Amino acid sequence: MTVPAPNPAPTPAIAFHNVSFAFPGGNLLLDGISLTLDEGSTTAILGRSGSGKTTLLRTVNRLLEPTAGEIFLDGLNTRDRHLIALRRSIGYVVQEVGLFPHFTIERNVAVVLESESTPLAQRIQRAHELLAAVGLDPATFGRRYPRQLSGGQRQRAGLARALAADPPILLMDEPFGALDPLTRLEMQQMMRELLHRFRKTVLLVTHDLDEALYLADRIVLLESGRILANLTPEEFLRSTQPEVRAYVQAFRRAGPGDRSPDPADPRPVPEAAP
Amino acid sequence: MSFLSQNASTILTLTIEHLWLTGAAMLFAAAIAVPAGILLARSPRWARPVIGLANILQTIPSLAMFGFLLPLPWLGDRAARIAIVALTAYALLPILRNTYAGIRGIDPALVEVARALGLTNRQRLFKIELPLAASFILAGLRTATVTCVGIATIAAAVGAGGLGELIFRGVASVDNRLVLAGAIPAALLALAADGALGLLERWTKVPSA
Repeated sequence: MTVPAPNPAPTPAIAFHNVSFAFPGGNLLLDGISLTLDEGSTTAILGRSGSGKTTLLRTVNRLLEPTAGEIFLDGLNTRDRHLIALRRSIGYVVQEVGLFPHFTIERNVAVVLESESTPLAQRIQRAHELLAAVGLDPATFGRRYPRQLSGGQRQRAGLARALAADPPILLMDEPFGALDPLTRLEMQQMMRELLHRFRKTVLLVTHDLDEALYLADRIVLLESGRILANLTPEEFLRSTQPEVRAYVQAFRRAGPGDRSPDPADPRPVPEAAP
Repeated sequence: MSFLSQNASTILTLTIEHLWLTGAAMLFAAAIAVPAGILLARSPRWARPVIGLANILQTIPSLAMFGFLLPLPWLGDRAARIAIVALTAYALLPILRNTYAGIRGIDPALVEVARALGLTNRQRLFKIELPLAASFILAGLRTATVTCVGIATIAAAVGAGGLGELIFRGVASVDNRLVLAGAIPAALLALAADGALGLLERWTKVPSA
């Protein structure tokens, strides 16, 4: 890990230049997005469903190709990169986790290394390192299958997989959205520690303002494919911009995300801030 | 009992012939239908017409199918060739349909993750899609095999041999023992194939979460 030399204008890790996206014959889902992410920073994307958050995330590893504009990673246009190499250099975590059901946990974690033909012993060693880093005992969980893990454990394994090839960039799409409140809190704490430990540039899509405040250096509010605000967490909370205020107030009234008490869940639920 | 001992070697020879006809047809059918099913899963707009075509093949009465193939130049020279081509045609549909459905049925989120992680198309196919669809594909192979073991008895009508020969001979000479000598081993073959492929199918099945 090299410390970037003091430079008046360091190359941003991710730079969106006027990025637009529409499906053929469809509405504009992204409308001229320009945004830069500094190396090692975490940017949370907030916005209502359908505002283009996930679409924006998916243009970075070219699961979707922008219909206009360019994306630069470390100054290189993603279009000029080899697609497979590009994707292997970007960690990807989604809410559904997407662990392969026929692979053991250790094989799942090391699948990117396997696809690069890394020797087996090295793969297993790396998988065990990462499982330990995300709080899963390799000896207990390495040989298990995803169905034998709880939702939180699967999400940890998914995170370990995203880190396996040591990618400089992590894309996370509501990674903790499907978890119960306590597990989610644990995962957020672990994520914060991991982000301190491994210096990654993170793009995090979330519905959870608390999560954004806790993890992010910048909060971007998206609406109809446009950026309404791009602020630090402190600025975001204090902002007088009507859209930002509306978002913060709506979140406070509804309680953080879907963190409402689940009648089937006997565990105490932390109270939402007033 | 003396009937059995007199005919044991004939029954054995014909059983082996039967196995060979069916087995060869299954190999050809799998070699055609599995790749075709994969291609269809990649471009689903072709699925309806192609599976429809395989469906039509399936509806041709087997005796008529053997009859159609008889006058064809190279095929007509050897009855076994006709039998294998006809059996292959019948086996295509179940294998094709199950391969297509098996791959299309994989959770799209998994396929997406495989792409996002940077697996190549080939790696995605061999490491993710085919293993996850394997039990489906084997189920198709199993249906095809059981059907073809039965249809192969009719191949004797064009002189391709197999256990059907005993059945046809028994019918012609009104000898039920001959009919049974062909029918029972054929039924046992079908059951054995069904059981063996069924085991393989269960073994490859990936339990859902």
